Amino acid sequence: MIREAKLVSKKFDIPNAHTLEVAKAHGAYSSIEKLFEHLPKEITKMVKESGLRGKGGGGASAGDKWELMPLGSEKPSFLAVNCDESEPGTFKDREIITKDPHLLIEGIICTCYAIESNHAYIYIRGEYKAFQDILQNAIDEAYDAGYLGKNIFGQNYHLDVTIHRGAGAYICGEKSALLESMEGKRGHPRLKPHQKESEWYFGYPTLVNNVETIASVPLIVDQGSEAYRAYGTEQSPGTLLFAMSGHVERRGVYEAQFGIKMIDYINHYGGGIKDGKELKAVIPGGASTTILTADEVMEARLDYESMRAMGSALGTGGMIVMDEDTDMVEALKNLLEFYHHESCGQCTPCREGSGWVDTIIGNVLKGKATTEDLDKTLEIANTMNGKTICVFAPALSDVIVGFITKFRGEFEEYIKRGNH
Amino acid sequence: MSFAFNEESIPTIKKLKLRYPKPQALALPLLWMAQYQEEYISIDAIDAIAKECELPPMEVYRVATFYTMFNLEPIGKYHLQVCKTLSCKLCGAKEISDTIQKELKIAIGETTNDKLFTLSQVECLGSCGTSPVVQINDEYHENLTPQSIIEILRRLK
Repeated sequence: MIREAKLVSKKFDIPNAHTLEVAKAHGAYSSIEKLFEHLPKEITKMVKESGLRGKGGGGASAGDKWELMPLGSEKPSFLAVNCDESEPGTFKDREIITKDPHLLIEGIICTCYAIESNHAYIYIRGEYKAFQDILQNAIDEAYDAGYLGKNIFGQNYHLDVTIHRGAGAYICGEKSALLESMEGKRGHPRLKPHQKESEWYFGYPTLVNNVETIASVPLIVDQGSEAYRAYGTEQSPGTLLFAMSGHVERRGVYEAQFGIKMIDYINHYGGGIKDGKELKAVIPGGASTTILTADEVMEARLDYESMRAMGSALGTGGMIVMDEDTDMVEALKNLLEFYHHESCGQCTPCREGSGWVDTIIGNVLKGKATTEDLDKTLEIANTMNGKTICVFAPALSDVIVGFITKFRGEFEEYIKRGNH
Repeated sequence: MSFAFNEESIPTIKKLKLRYPKPQALALPLLWMAQYQEEYISIDAIDAIAKECELPPMEVYRVATFYTMFNLEPIGKYHLQVCKTLSCKLCGAKEISDTIQKELKIAIGETTNDKLFTLSQVECLGSCGTSPVVQINDEYHENLTPQSIIEILRRLK
Protein backbone atom coordinates (compact mmCIF):
# COMPACT_ATOMS: atom_id res chain seq x y z
CA MET A 1 0.00 0.00 0.00
CA ILE A 2 1.19 3.48 -0.80
CA ARG A 3 0.65 6.08 1.88
CA GLU A 4 -0.84 9.32 0.62
CA ALA A 5 1.65 12.15 1.15
CA LYS A 6 0.63 15.57 -0.13
CA LEU A 7 2.76 18.16 1.57
CA VAL A 8 3.70 20.38 -1.36
CA SER A 9 0.95 19.30 -3.76
CA LYS A 10 -1.88 19.73 -1.23
CA LYS A 11 -3.63 22.45 -3.24
CA PHE A 12 -2.82 21.18 -6.75
CA ASP A 13 -6.29 19.72 -7.33
CA ILE A 14 -8.21 22.72 -6.00
CA PRO A 15 -9.55 24.85 -8.87
CA ASN A 16 -8.05 28.37 -8.99
CA ALA A 17 -5.65 27.73 -6.11
CA HIS A 18 -3.20 29.95 -7.99
CA THR A 19 -5.24 32.98 -6.89
CA LEU A 20 -4.64 34.53 -3.48
CA GLU A 21 -8.31 34.31 -2.50
CA VAL A 22 -8.61 30.57 -3.05
CA ALA A 23 -5.12 29.81 -1.74
CA LYS A 24 -5.82 31.76 1.47
CA ALA A 25 -9.12 29.95 1.98
CA HIS A 26 -7.09 26.74 1.96
CA GLY A 27 -4.45 27.80 4.43
CA ALA A 28 -1.88 29.78 2.43
CA TYR A 29 0.36 32.06 4.50
CA SER A 30 -0.68 30.37 7.76
CA SER A 31 3.00 29.84 8.62
CA ILE A 32 3.76 33.57 8.63
CA GLU A 33 2.37 34.32 12.08
CA LYS A 34 4.61 31.64 13.59
CA LEU A 35 7.53 32.76 11.45
CA PHE A 36 7.75 36.18 13.09
CA GLU A 37 7.52 34.65 16.58
CA HIS A 38 10.95 33.12 15.96
CA LEU A 39 14.42 34.53 15.50
CA PRO A 40 15.86 33.98 12.01
CA LYS A 41 18.43 31.47 13.26
CA GLU A 42 15.66 29.45 14.93
CA ILE A 43 13.96 29.01 11.56
CA THR A 44 17.21 27.72 10.06
CA LYS A 45 17.53 25.34 13.01
CA MET A 46 14.01 24.01 12.37
CA VAL A 47 14.78 23.47 8.70
CA LYS A 48 18.02 21.73 9.61
CA GLU A 49 16.26 19.45 12.11
CA SER A 50 13.57 18.59 9.57
CA GLY A 51 16.29 17.05 7.40
CA LEU A 52 14.98 18.91 4.35
CA ARG A 53 17.23 18.23 1.38
CA GLY A 54 17.65 20.27 -1.77
CA LYS A 55 15.16 19.06 -4.34
CA GLY A 56 16.79 20.32 -7.51
CA GLY A 57 18.80 17.14 -7.92
CA GLY A 58 21.80 17.37 -5.60
CA GLY A 59 20.00 16.46 -2.40
CA ALA A 60 22.31 18.39 -0.06
CA SER A 61 20.97 19.39 3.37
CA ALA A 62 19.06 22.66 3.01
CA GLY A 63 19.79 23.66 6.62
CA ASP A 64 23.54 23.23 6.14
CA LYS A 65 23.38 25.55 3.14
CA TRP A 66 21.32 28.15 4.99
CA GLU A 67 23.85 28.17 7.84
CA LEU A 68 26.53 29.39 5.44
CA MET A 69 24.66 32.69 5.10
CA PRO A 70 26.08 35.40 7.39
CA LEU A 71 23.59 36.88 9.87
CA GLY A 72 23.70 40.34 11.42
CA SER A 73 25.63 41.79 8.50
CA GLU A 74 25.14 45.29 7.10
CA LYS A 75 25.83 43.99 3.61
CA PRO A 76 22.79 42.91 1.61
CA SER A 77 22.27 39.23 0.92
CA PHE A 78 20.05 37.46 -1.57
CA LEU A 79 17.97 34.39 -2.21
CA ALA A 80 17.98 32.99 -5.74
CA VAL A 81 15.19 30.50 -6.35
CA ASN A 82 16.15 28.04 -9.05
CA CYS A 83 13.26 27.56 -11.49
CA ASP A 84 15.45 26.79 -14.48
CA GLU A 85 13.91 23.31 -14.64
CA SER A 86 15.60 21.88 -17.74
CA GLU A 87 16.73 18.39 -16.75
CA PRO A 88 15.10 16.02 -19.25
CA GLY A 89 12.34 14.08 -17.50
CA THR A 90 11.76 16.81 -14.92
CA PHE A 91 8.59 18.91 -14.90
CA LYS A 92 7.66 19.42 -11.26
CA ASP A 93 8.51 23.06 -10.56
CA ARG A 94 6.08 24.19 -13.23
CA GLU A 95 3.34 22.40 -11.27
CA ILE A 96 4.13 24.49 -8.18
CA ILE A 97 4.34 27.85 -9.94
CA THR A 98 1.15 27.33 -11.93
CA LYS A 99 -1.01 25.47 -9.41
CA ASP A 100 0.13 26.91 -6.08
CA PRO A 101 2.44 29.90 -6.65
CA HIS A 102 1.52 31.39 -3.27
CA LEU A 103 3.10 28.38 -1.57
CA LEU A 104 6.38 29.33 -3.24
CA ILE A 105 5.98 32.98 -2.22
CA GLU A 106 5.20 31.89 1.37
CA GLY A 107 8.33 29.72 1.31
CA ILE A 108 10.37 32.65 -0.02
CA ILE A 109 9.17 34.85 2.85
CA CYS A 110 10.14 32.17 5.41
CA THR A 111 13.52 31.55 3.79
CA CYS A 112 14.47 35.20 3.32
CA TYR A 113 13.52 35.97 6.91
CA ALA A 114 15.73 33.11 8.11
CA ILE A 115 18.76 34.26 6.11
CA GLU A 116 18.04 37.96 6.74
CA SER A 117 17.66 38.78 3.08
CA ASN A 118 15.40 41.49 1.70
CA HIS A 119 15.40 40.45 -1.92
CA ALA A 120 14.68 37.18 -3.66
CA TYR A 121 15.12 36.50 -7.35
CA ILE A 122 13.32 33.68 -9.08
CA TYR A 123 15.41 32.53 -12.04
CA ILE A 124 12.95 30.95 -14.45
CA ARG A 125 13.77 29.25 -17.74
CA GLY A 126 12.89 31.39 -20.75
CA GLU A 127 10.57 28.82 -22.28
CA TYR A 128 8.26 28.94 -19.23
CA LYS A 129 6.87 32.38 -20.21
CA ALA A 130 3.21 31.41 -19.82
CA PHE A 131 3.92 29.89 -16.40
CA GLN A 132 6.00 32.92 -15.47
CA ASP A 133 2.96 35.13 -16.11
CA ILE A 134 0.89 33.09 -13.63
CA LEU A 135 3.66 33.38 -11.04
CA GLN A 136 4.01 37.13 -11.66
CA ASN A 137 0.26 37.59 -11.11
CA ALA A 138 0.59 35.83 -7.77
CA ILE A 139 3.55 38.03 -6.82
CA ASP A 140 1.55 41.15 -7.77
CA GLU A 141 -1.34 39.92 -5.60
CA ALA A 142 1.06 39.38 -2.71
CA TYR A 143 2.44 42.93 -3.07
CA ASP A 144 -1.11 44.34 -3.10
CA ALA A 145 -2.00 42.38 0.04
CA GLY A 146 1.07 43.68 1.89
CA TYR A 147 2.73 40.25 1.95
CA LEU A 148 5.63 41.58 -0.10
CA GLY A 149 7.18 45.03 -0.21
CA LYS A 150 7.75 47.36 2.75
CA ASN A 151 6.85 46.25 6.29
CA ILE A 152 5.29 42.99 5.23
CA PHE A 153 2.50 41.68 7.45
CA GLY A 154 2.90 44.86 9.49
CA GLN A 155 6.37 43.77 10.62
CA ASN A 156 9.60 45.74 10.56
CA TYR A 157 10.78 43.63 7.65
CA HIS A 158 10.95 44.38 3.91
CA LEU A 159 11.01 41.86 1.11
CA ASP A 160 11.06 42.19 -2.66
CA VAL A 161 10.68 39.36 -5.15
CA THR A 162 11.85 39.72 -8.75
CA ILE A 163 11.48 37.19 -11.52
CA HIS A 164 14.56 36.93 -13.72
CA ARG A 165 13.98 35.22 -17.04
CA GLY A 166 16.60 32.97 -18.59
CA ALA A 167 16.85 32.43 -22.32
CA GLY A 168 17.38 28.78 -23.11
CA ALA A 169 20.52 27.37 -21.51
CA TYR A 170 20.33 24.10 -19.55
CA ILE A 171 23.55 24.86 -17.71
CA CYS A 172 21.98 27.87 -15.96
CA GLY A 173 20.30 25.38 -13.64
CA GLU A 174 23.75 24.85 -12.12
CA LYS A 175 23.75 27.23 -9.15
CA SER A 176 26.88 29.23 -9.98
CA ALA A 177 26.01 29.41 -13.69
CA LEU A 178 22.59 30.66 -12.63
CA LEU A 179 24.22 33.49 -10.69
CA GLU A 180 26.56 34.32 -13.57
CA SER A 181 23.50 34.50 -15.81
CA MET A 182 21.75 36.75 -13.28
CA GLU A 183 24.80 39.01 -13.38
CA GLY A 184 24.16 39.45 -17.10
CA LYS A 185 26.87 37.09 -18.30
CA ARG A 186 27.12 33.81 -20.16
CA GLY A 187 26.01 30.90 -17.98
CA HIS A 188 29.45 29.53 -17.22
CA PRO A 189 29.73 27.60 -13.93
CA ARG A 190 32.27 28.94 -11.46
CA LEU A 191 35.12 27.07 -9.82
CA LYS A 192 34.11 25.85 -6.39
CA PRO A 193 35.84 27.28 -3.33
CA HIS A 194 38.18 25.11 -1.27
CA GLN A 195 36.01 25.44 1.82
CA LYS A 196 32.27 25.65 2.33
CA GLU A 197 30.87 29.10 1.85
CA SER A 198 27.74 30.72 0.51
CA GLU A 199 27.29 31.48 -3.18
CA TRP A 200 27.91 35.05 -4.34
CA TYR A 201 25.87 37.43 -6.44
CA PHE A 202 27.88 40.51 -7.42
CA GLY A 203 29.99 39.77 -4.35
CA TYR A 204 27.03 39.55 -1.96
CA PRO A 205 26.26 36.34 -0.04
CA THR A 206 23.52 34.43 -1.80
CA LEU A 207 21.56 31.28 -1.17
CA VAL A 208 20.44 29.23 -4.17
CA ASN A 209 17.63 26.71 -3.66
CA ASN A 210 15.23 24.89 -5.95
CA VAL A 211 11.55 25.92 -6.16
CA GLU A 212 10.35 22.71 -4.51
CA THR A 213 12.82 23.06 -1.64
CA ILE A 214 11.53 26.53 -0.87
CA ALA A 215 7.92 25.38 -1.25
CA SER A 216 8.57 22.72 1.41
CA VAL A 217 9.55 25.29 4.04
CA PRO A 218 6.11 26.68 5.06
CA LEU A 219 4.96 23.28 6.38
CA ILE A 220 8.09 22.97 8.50
CA VAL A 221 7.66 26.47 9.94
CA ASP A 222 3.94 25.93 10.51
CA GLN A 223 3.92 22.40 11.92
CA GLY A 224 7.50 21.84 13.03
CA SER A 225 10.33 19.67 11.83
CA GLU A 226 8.82 16.47 13.25
CA ALA A 227 5.75 16.88 11.03
CA TYR A 228 8.08 16.76 8.04
CA ARG A 229 10.07 13.86 9.44
CA ALA A 230 6.83 11.87 9.79
CA TYR A 231 7.34 11.06 6.10
CA GLY A 232 10.19 9.39 4.28
CA THR A 233 13.23 7.66 5.71
CA GLU A 234 15.67 8.59 8.49
CA GLN A 235 18.23 10.05 6.07
CA SER A 236 15.83 11.14 3.33
CA PRO A 237 12.96 12.63 5.31
CA GLY A 238 9.80 14.02 3.75
CA THR A 239 8.46 13.81 0.26
CA LEU A 240 9.38 14.62 -3.31
CA LEU A 241 7.33 15.58 -6.34
CA PHE A 242 8.36 12.50 -8.26
CA ALA A 243 7.39 12.43 -11.91
CA MET A 244 6.98 9.92 -14.70
CA SER A 245 7.27 10.28 -18.44
CA GLY A 246 7.71 7.91 -21.34
CA HIS A 247 5.97 4.56 -21.56
CA VAL A 248 3.51 4.52 -18.66
CA GLU A 249 -0.27 4.68 -18.77
CA ARG A 250 -0.59 7.85 -16.66
CA ARG A 251 2.33 10.23 -17.03
CA GLY A 252 2.56 13.11 -14.58
CA VAL A 253 3.80 14.51 -11.29
CA TYR A 254 2.74 12.68 -8.14
CA GLU A 255 4.11 13.52 -4.71
CA ALA A 256 5.24 10.56 -2.63
CA GLN A 257 7.33 10.01 0.46
CA PHE A 258 10.96 9.00 0.10
CA GLY A 259 11.80 5.33 0.42
CA ILE A 260 8.92 3.70 -1.44
CA LYS A 261 9.69 1.08 -4.06
CA MET A 262 10.12 2.47 -7.56
CA ILE A 263 8.05 -0.26 -9.16
CA ASP A 264 5.19 0.35 -6.69
CA TYR A 265 5.29 4.02 -7.61
CA ILE A 266 5.21 3.25 -11.33
CA ASN A 267 2.34 0.82 -10.96
CA HIS A 268 0.31 2.78 -8.41
CA TYR A 269 0.52 6.26 -9.90
CA GLY A 270 1.54 5.49 -13.46
CA GLY A 271 -0.85 2.59 -13.97
CA GLY A 272 2.00 0.37 -15.13
CA ILE A 273 3.72 0.13 -18.49
CA LYS A 274 1.79 1.44 -21.48
CA ASP A 275 -0.27 -0.97 -23.55
CA GLY A 276 0.58 -3.89 -21.26
CA LYS A 277 4.16 -4.12 -22.51
CA GLU A 278 7.18 -5.24 -20.52
CA LEU A 279 9.47 -2.79 -18.76
CA LYS A 280 12.97 -2.47 -20.18
CA ALA A 281 14.65 0.33 -18.26
CA VAL A 282 14.13 3.48 -16.23
CA ILE A 283 16.27 6.60 -16.03
CA PRO A 284 15.50 7.36 -12.40
CA GLY A 285 15.98 11.05 -11.72
CA GLY A 286 16.35 13.16 -14.82
CA ALA A 287 18.53 12.31 -17.80
CA SER A 288 21.77 12.81 -15.87
CA THR A 289 21.31 9.81 -13.56
CA THR A 290 22.56 6.33 -14.43
CA ILE A 291 19.99 4.15 -16.20
CA LEU A 292 18.51 1.15 -14.35
CA THR A 293 17.61 -2.16 -15.98
CA ALA A 294 14.19 -3.72 -15.39
CA ASP A 295 15.71 -6.10 -12.81
CA GLU A 296 17.26 -3.18 -10.94
CA VAL A 297 13.96 -1.28 -11.04
CA MET A 298 12.29 -4.15 -9.15
CA GLU A 299 14.77 -3.63 -6.30
CA ALA A 300 15.06 0.15 -6.40
CA ARG A 301 13.76 2.39 -3.62
CA LEU A 302 13.12 6.07 -4.10
CA ASP A 303 15.48 7.70 -1.64
CA TYR A 304 18.94 9.22 -1.96
CA GLU A 305 20.83 6.49 -0.11
CA SER A 306 19.20 3.51 -1.86
CA MET A 307 19.71 4.99 -5.29
CA ARG A 308 23.33 5.82 -4.48
CA ALA A 309 23.87 2.22 -3.31
CA MET A 310 22.58 0.99 -6.68
CA GLY A 311 25.23 3.05 -8.46
CA SER A 312 22.76 5.63 -9.68
CA ALA A 313 21.22 8.75 -8.11
CA LEU A 314 17.80 10.00 -7.13
CA GLY A 315 18.43 13.32 -8.91
CA THR A 316 15.24 15.28 -9.48
CA GLY A 317 13.02 12.20 -9.15
CA GLY A 318 11.86 12.58 -12.75
CA MET A 319 11.68 9.01 -14.07
CA ILE A 320 11.86 8.28 -17.79
CA VAL A 321 10.25 4.88 -18.29
CA MET A 322 11.11 2.77 -21.34
CA ASP A 323 9.28 -0.31 -22.56
CA GLU A 324 10.63 -3.47 -24.20
CA ASP A 325 10.54 -1.99 -27.71
CA THR A 326 12.83 0.94 -26.89
CA ASP A 327 16.02 1.08 -28.95
CA MET A 328 18.74 1.82 -26.40
CA VAL A 329 21.25 2.99 -29.02
CA GLU A 330 18.77 5.55 -30.32
CA ALA A 331 17.92 6.56 -26.75
CA LEU A 332 21.57 7.18 -25.90
CA LYS A 333 22.13 9.04 -29.17
CA ASN A 334 19.17 11.27 -28.29
CA LEU A 335 20.67 12.14 -24.91
CA LEU A 336 24.14 12.69 -26.35
CA GLU A 337 22.71 15.25 -28.76
CA PHE A 338 21.20 16.97 -25.75
CA TYR A 339 24.50 17.10 -23.85
CA HIS A 340 26.45 18.12 -26.93
CA HIS A 341 24.04 21.00 -27.51
CA GLU A 342 23.94 22.08 -23.87
CA SER A 343 27.64 21.90 -22.92
CA CYS A 344 28.51 25.50 -22.05
CA GLY A 345 31.85 25.15 -23.81
CA GLN A 346 34.00 26.40 -20.97
CA CYS A 347 36.04 23.22 -20.30
CA THR A 348 37.74 21.39 -23.15
CA PRO A 349 37.01 17.77 -22.07
CA CYS A 350 33.29 18.54 -21.97
CA ARG A 351 33.05 20.82 -25.02
CA GLU A 352 35.00 18.43 -27.25
CA GLY A 353 34.13 15.14 -25.57
CA SER A 354 30.38 15.67 -25.76
CA GLY A 355 30.74 16.12 -29.51
CA TRP A 356 33.01 13.14 -30.01
CA VAL A 357 30.73 10.68 -28.22
CA ASP A 358 27.73 12.03 -30.11
CA THR A 359 29.54 11.39 -33.41
CA ILE A 360 30.70 7.90 -32.43
CA ILE A 361 27.27 6.71 -31.27
CA GLY A 362 25.86 8.27 -34.44
CA ASN A 363 28.26 6.04 -36.36
CA VAL A 364 27.07 3.01 -34.38
CA LEU A 365 23.51 3.80 -35.47
CA LYS A 366 24.63 4.11 -39.09
CA GLY A 367 26.44 0.78 -38.89
CA LYS A 368 29.79 2.46 -39.41
CA ALA A 369 31.44 1.66 -36.10
CA THR A 370 33.53 -1.11 -34.57
CA THR A 371 33.59 -2.61 -31.08
CA GLU A 372 36.79 -0.62 -30.45
CA ASP A 373 34.67 2.50 -30.90
CA LEU A 374 32.55 1.44 -27.93
CA ASP A 375 35.66 1.15 -25.79
CA LYS A 376 36.87 4.48 -27.15
CA THR A 377 33.55 6.00 -26.04
CA LEU A 378 34.04 4.63 -22.54
CA GLU A 379 37.57 6.02 -22.55
CA ILE A 380 36.30 9.47 -23.51
CA ALA A 381 33.66 9.18 -20.79
CA ASN A 382 36.46 8.52 -18.33
CA THR A 383 38.39 11.54 -19.58
CA MET A 384 35.36 13.75 -19.00
CA ASN A 385 34.71 12.50 -15.48
CA GLY A 386 36.03 14.67 -12.65
CA LYS A 387 38.19 16.86 -14.86
CA THR A 388 35.92 19.83 -15.45
CA ILE A 389 34.60 22.80 -13.47
CA CYS A 390 31.03 21.57 -12.96
CA VAL A 391 29.23 18.22 -12.77
CA PHE A 392 27.80 18.38 -16.30
CA ALA A 393 30.59 16.24 -17.79
CA PRO A 394 30.67 13.70 -14.93
CA ALA A 395 26.90 13.28 -15.31
CA LEU A 396 27.29 12.76 -19.05
CA SER A 397 30.03 10.26 -18.30
CA ASP A 398 27.69 8.27 -16.03
CA VAL A 399 24.98 8.31 -18.70
CA ILE A 400 27.36 6.85 -21.29
CA VAL A 401 28.82 4.21 -18.99
CA GLY A 402 25.34 3.17 -17.82
CA PHE A 403 23.94 2.67 -21.31
CA ILE A 404 26.99 0.98 -22.83
CA THR A 405 27.76 -1.39 -19.96
CA LYS A 406 24.17 -2.38 -19.20
CA PHE A 407 22.97 -2.68 -22.80
CA ARG A 408 26.23 -3.42 -24.60
CA GLY A 409 24.63 -6.26 -26.55
CA GLU A 410 22.35 -3.84 -28.40
CA PHE A 411 25.26 -1.63 -29.41
CA GLU A 412 27.22 -4.67 -30.64
CA GLU A 413 24.16 -5.83 -32.56
CA TYR A 414 24.21 -2.56 -34.56
CA ILE A 415 27.95 -2.91 -35.16
CA LYS A 416 27.58 -6.52 -36.34
CA ARG A 417 24.76 -5.63 -38.73
CA GLY A 418 26.86 -2.80 -40.15
CA ASN A 419 29.82 -5.08 -40.86
CA HIS A 420 27.82 -7.42 -43.06
CA MET B 1 18.81 51.28 -38.93
CA SER B 2 19.25 52.61 -35.45
CA PHE B 3 17.57 51.21 -32.38
CA ALA B 4 15.98 52.93 -29.42
CA PHE B 5 13.81 51.38 -26.74
CA ASN B 6 10.22 52.50 -27.27
CA GLU B 7 8.45 54.90 -24.96
CA GLU B 8 6.71 52.29 -22.82
CA SER B 9 10.04 50.63 -22.13
CA ILE B 10 11.78 53.67 -20.63
CA PRO B 11 9.95 53.66 -17.26
CA THR B 12 10.18 49.85 -17.15
CA ILE B 13 13.96 50.00 -17.54
CA LYS B 14 14.17 52.67 -14.85
CA LYS B 15 12.18 50.48 -12.44
CA LEU B 16 14.21 47.40 -13.32
CA LYS B 17 17.45 49.16 -12.46
CA LEU B 18 16.19 49.65 -8.90
CA ARG B 19 15.75 45.91 -8.54
CA TYR B 20 19.36 44.90 -9.18
CA PRO B 21 22.64 45.73 -7.44
CA LYS B 22 24.35 46.59 -10.73
CA PRO B 23 23.15 47.64 -14.20
CA GLN B 24 25.00 44.70 -15.82
CA ALA B 25 22.25 42.44 -14.45
CA LEU B 26 19.87 44.01 -16.96
CA ALA B 27 21.54 42.32 -19.93
CA LEU B 28 19.05 39.45 -20.17
CA PRO B 29 15.91 41.46 -19.35
CA LEU B 30 16.87 44.09 -21.94
CA LEU B 31 17.75 41.52 -24.61
CA TRP B 32 14.25 40.13 -24.08
CA MET B 33 12.69 43.59 -24.35
CA ALA B 34 14.60 44.33 -27.55
CA GLN B 35 13.56 41.01 -29.04
CA TYR B 36 9.88 41.67 -28.29
CA GLN B 37 10.15 45.17 -29.72
CA GLU B 38 11.96 44.29 -32.96
CA GLU B 39 11.12 40.56 -33.22
CA TYR B 40 14.87 39.90 -33.29
CA ILE B 41 17.96 41.46 -31.78
CA SER B 42 19.87 43.74 -34.13
CA ILE B 43 23.43 44.92 -33.67
CA ASP B 44 22.04 48.40 -33.02
CA ALA B 45 19.92 46.98 -30.21
CA ILE B 46 23.04 45.37 -28.75
CA ASP B 47 24.67 48.81 -28.68
CA ALA B 48 21.67 50.35 -26.93
CA ILE B 49 21.60 47.56 -24.35
CA ALA B 50 25.33 47.87 -23.74
CA LYS B 51 24.85 51.55 -22.94
CA GLU B 52 22.08 50.82 -20.41
CA CYS B 53 24.11 48.02 -18.83
CA GLU B 54 27.37 49.98 -18.79
CA LEU B 55 29.06 47.13 -20.64
CA PRO B 56 31.15 47.00 -23.82
CA PRO B 57 28.87 46.09 -26.76
CA MET B 58 30.99 43.00 -27.40
CA GLU B 59 30.17 41.71 -23.93
CA VAL B 60 26.43 41.98 -24.63
CA TYR B 61 26.94 40.31 -27.99
CA ARG B 62 28.80 37.44 -26.28
CA VAL B 63 25.85 36.99 -23.96
CA ALA B 64 23.26 37.22 -26.74
CA THR B 65 24.99 34.50 -28.75
CA PHE B 66 25.20 32.14 -25.76
CA TYR B 67 21.46 31.80 -25.15
CA THR B 68 19.52 29.86 -27.76
CA MET B 69 16.28 31.80 -27.34
CA PHE B 70 17.74 35.07 -28.59
CA ASN B 71 17.33 35.47 -32.33
CA LEU B 72 20.03 37.55 -33.94
CA GLU B 73 18.40 37.25 -37.36
CA PRO B 74 14.79 37.90 -38.31
CA ILE B 75 12.62 34.78 -38.18
CA GLY B 76 9.05 33.89 -39.17
CA LYS B 77 6.04 35.35 -37.37
CA TYR B 78 5.42 32.01 -35.69
CA HIS B 79 8.46 30.23 -34.30
CA LEU B 80 7.67 26.51 -34.09
CA GLN B 81 10.00 24.85 -31.59
CA VAL B 82 9.61 21.09 -31.54
CA CYS B 83 11.05 19.38 -28.47
CA LYS B 84 13.14 16.39 -29.50
CA THR B 85 14.59 15.15 -26.18
CA LEU B 86 14.06 11.63 -24.86
CA SER B 87 10.64 11.81 -23.16
CA CYS B 88 9.18 13.51 -26.23
CA LYS B 89 11.00 11.13 -28.57
CA LEU B 90 9.53 8.11 -26.76
CA CYS B 91 6.05 9.57 -27.23
CA GLY B 92 6.19 10.51 -30.91
CA ALA B 93 8.13 13.77 -31.32
CA LYS B 94 9.48 12.67 -34.68
CA GLU B 95 5.98 12.18 -36.14
CA ILE B 96 5.13 15.73 -35.06
CA SER B 97 8.30 17.14 -36.60
CA ASP B 98 7.76 15.17 -39.83
CA THR B 99 4.14 16.32 -40.01
CA ILE B 100 5.12 19.98 -39.69
CA GLN B 101 7.85 19.63 -42.33
CA LYS B 102 5.40 18.03 -44.74
CA GLU B 103 2.57 20.49 -44.03
CA LEU B 104 4.73 23.61 -44.38
CA LYS B 105 7.20 22.19 -46.92
CA ILE B 106 10.22 23.36 -44.93
CA ALA B 107 13.05 21.53 -43.19
CA ILE B 108 14.27 22.07 -39.65
CA GLY B 109 15.96 25.47 -39.39
CA GLU B 110 14.05 26.92 -42.34
CA THR B 111 11.44 29.65 -42.71
CA THR B 112 8.45 29.52 -45.06
CA ASN B 113 8.57 31.84 -48.11
CA ASP B 114 5.75 33.98 -46.72
CA LYS B 115 7.83 34.48 -43.52
CA LEU B 116 4.95 33.10 -41.44
CA PHE B 117 6.67 30.06 -39.91
CA THR B 118 10.18 29.15 -38.78
CA LEU B 119 10.78 25.57 -37.67
CA SER B 120 13.36 24.71 -35.00
CA GLN B 121 14.18 21.59 -33.11
CA VAL B 122 14.90 22.26 -29.43
CA GLU B 123 16.05 20.37 -26.35
CA CYS B 124 13.83 19.46 -23.37
CA LEU B 125 11.02 21.97 -22.78
CA GLY B 126 9.98 20.47 -19.45
CA SER B 127 6.76 19.02 -20.83
CA CYS B 128 7.84 15.41 -20.51
CA GLY B 129 4.54 14.39 -18.91
CA THR B 130 2.49 16.02 -21.66
CA SER B 131 4.68 15.21 -24.64
CA PRO B 132 5.01 15.59 -27.55
CA VAL B 133 5.17 19.36 -27.28
CA VAL B 134 5.71 22.26 -29.66
CA GLN B 135 6.37 25.75 -28.38
CA ILE B 136 4.89 28.38 -30.71
CA ASN B 137 6.28 31.78 -29.72
CA ASP B 138 5.50 31.94 -25.97
CA GLU B 139 2.83 29.23 -25.88
CA TYR B 140 3.18 25.49 -25.28
CA HIS B 141 1.02 23.10 -27.28
CA GLU B 142 1.08 19.77 -25.49
CA ASN B 143 -0.11 16.17 -25.94
CA LEU B 144 0.04 16.71 -29.70
CA THR B 145 -0.97 14.28 -32.41
CA PRO B 146 -0.19 14.70 -36.13
CA GLN B 147 -3.85 15.73 -36.61
CA SER B 148 -3.85 18.31 -33.82
CA ILE B 149 -0.64 20.01 -34.97
CA ILE B 150 -2.01 20.27 -38.51
CA GLU B 151 -5.17 21.91 -37.13
CA ILE B 152 -3.06 24.39 -35.14
CA LEU B 153 -0.93 25.25 -38.19
CA ARG B 154 -3.97 25.74 -40.41
CA ARG B 155 -5.53 28.06 -37.84
CA LEU B 156 -2.37 30.19 -37.83
CA LYS B 157 -2.10 30.42 -41.59
